Amino acid sequence: MAGPTISRLTRTRTRAAWLFLAPMLVALALVAAWPLGRTVWFAFTDANLSDMGAAGFVGLANFEYLLTDPDWWRSVWNTLFFALVSVSIETVLGLAIALALNVHLPGRGLLRTAVLIPWAIPTIVSAQMWAWMLNDVYGVLNELLILLGIIDQGIAWTANPDTAIWAVIMVDVWKTTPFMALLLLAGLQMLPTECYEAAKVDGVHPVEVFWKVTLPLLMPALLVAVIFRLLDALRIFDAIYVLTGNNQATMSMSVYARQQLVDFQDVGFGSAASTLLFLTIALFTAVYLTLARIGSGQAEERP
Amino acid sequence: MPKLATFAALAALMVGASAQAATISISCGSVGAELEFCRTGAEAWAKQTGNEVEIVSTPNSATERLALYQQLLAAGSGDVDVFQIDVVWPGLLGSHFLDLSGEFSQEEVSAHFPAIIENNTVEGALVAMPWFTDAGLLYYRKDLLEKYGLQPPETWEELSAAAKQVQDGERAAGNDRMWGYVYQAKAYEGLTCNALEWIDSFGGGQIVDAEGKITVANPQAAAALTWAASTVGQISPEGVLNYQEEEARGVFQAGNAVFMRNWPYAWGLGQAEDSPVQDKIGVAALPKGGENGKTTGTLGGWQLAVSKYSDSPAEAIDLVRFLSSPTEQKRRAIEGAYNPTIPALYQDTDVLEAAPFMGDLYETFTNAVARPARVTGARYNQVSAEFYNAAHQVLSGRAEAAAALDALADRLDRLSRGGRW
Repeated sequence: MAGPTISRLTRTRTRAAWLFLAPMLVALALVAAWPLGRTVWFAFTDANLSDMGAAGFVGLANFEYLLTDPDWWRSVWNTLFFALVSVSIETVLGLAIALALNVHLPGRGLLRTAVLIPWAIPTIVSAQMWAWMLNDVYGVLNELLILLGIIDQGIAWTANPDTAIWAVIMVDVWKTTPFMALLLLAGLQMLPTECYEAAKVDGVHPVEVFWKVTLPLLMPALLVAVIFRLLDALRIFDAIYVLTGNNQATMSMSVYARQQLVDFQDVGFGSAASTLLFLTIALFTAVYLTLARIGSGQAEERP
Repeated sequence: MPKLATFAALAALMVGASAQAATISISCGSVGAELEFCRTGAEAWAKQTGNEVEIVSTPNSATERLALYQQLLAAGSGDVDVFQIDVVWPGLLGSHFLDLSGEFSQEEVSAHFPAIIENNTVEGALVAMPWFTDAGLLYYRKDLLEKYGLQPPETWEELSAAAKQVQDGERAAGNDRMWGYVYQAKAYEGLTCNALEWIDSFGGGQIVDAEGKITVANPQAAAALTWAASTVGQISPEGVLNYQEEEARGVFQAGNAVFMRNWPYAWGLGQAEDSPVQDKIGVAALPKGGENGKTTGTLGGWQLAVSKYSDSPAEAIDLVRFLSSPTEQKRRAIEGAYNPTIPALYQDTDVLEAAPFMGDLYETFTNAVARPARVTGARYNQVSAEFYNAAHQVLSGRAEAAAALDALADRLDRLSRGGRW
């Protein structure tokens, strides 16, 4: 007797759930699934921006050409290098800032707000600001270094292929470290105070408290913050485009795809590049989440 | 009933009036004082005809400007009625523009340089009217060359030597920001123009010849790029590898460079009241590549085209007629040193007084070397990108000139399906 009642209730609930979900699913399909699907479809055609109607199916030809293009592989390497280095630096700096902001200090609220300013400035604006500050002849950065006697001739930060990628990394670190710090600060404030009181009673050294208490407890928040940043960094476009343009030495996968899509009007080929970029990011996410799950599983199994 | 009739007549009148007073939007470049000259010209037309104009400012980099146009036009957008297009774009964008050959009289058209009219004609359609022409020029500091007893250089080697001498002398005298030579070597269309000038001056051809054959991998071209690479860090700041026109002008006009390669527009600004180098500038043709080389300059210049998607094509065409007319071109030549596309204006005394180099360098403007835009057609943009990337690699010391040009030839061969384009 009880069975059908429950199942009817469940059915009603399921229906209601779908009903509530429907608007979001429709919106997602419109703004995410449809453009993504279209891009993937174009990747298999020879579509051209000047005459999109004439697109014909070409199978895997675009991917074949892409995978044999050394410029593509250079942009893949640039992107990975940029993402790994910048996210590592941002994580370390962000954690340090978060720890500092977590301490009870007078004016802490003001500091927390102030630290967010670089994050709040649109990247295009801040990257252009940096481009001027990094200028080899009239840039303020070279001026400072010359005044301090560190160098005697201005360095062409964004022009020299050796320093250009580091200039981009520096601008990104400047901009997104506050975001990292804020995410980690939120994590820090969730930590139970009991552990710290116990550590204090036991007379544990603060450095040891950080490694044995803070870091393990903060790990879930840290993982989320790192994956957020990594996904963002892998599709870097604006800072690189403003600082060094289409220069191959710093070209990321997004810059490469844009050049094909817009400058060369090759929608088919550019879409193939975009699709591979999407797959790369998906792969990173999958590997990262799997590792994180294994990691946290082991942690729970420990006695 | 009479009331209704009056109302109808009034309404018809209003519709008529609104059809007459159109708002035409024109996209203008914004390098140097370009935007200001475009605005004053277009507004004069608006005042004269009772229409309105809207000025759309576009990015400084020609590469980015083209990308913007391609997106607007591919979407069939009527937001911009009149486009200012580069001399290498008619082939790429022509299908989106109105044929102006029926709209302008034979007399109006033939007043312009025939080569530019031919350049702007795509499959029999005149897709744009010439507005101003450009060729790469060598700017030099008259006062500094005089001080060191030097003449404007005849060859690139002489330029290196003179630049080095003045640079070292001025630095020893206390100006440690002084550089010998600035130009445009960022990886963009401007580097294609600069590198083509070096190569052509050494007799190394035009990348791809008129038949579509890829000729860029030759010893003269390699010698040209090798010379260019020798300037970086020696007589040119390493920053030139990221310079466009305005960055180079910034250094030169601040008085921190002896020589500069730039377009004619830099003359008007360099000679302005507020310019630190006013009356200290000379202009010459670009040096030859060695004794057997030739003076050359890349053909630049901008045209005015009317979008097919314009809501008021008649007014848009009228604006183009006004802006490309001898009167307006003369005003721009005198006030802004924009080179007219009308040969007769090069004999105009007012023009020659304001910009003497236009008379002295008339040959340079009429014999400028064209980028291979016509023969490579829709692939020109890719050819240019491959070319400036190869040049950038050589200039930044990442590759030897000969090897880079061989690799470039292979890539162009692949791109052109074996030279067939």
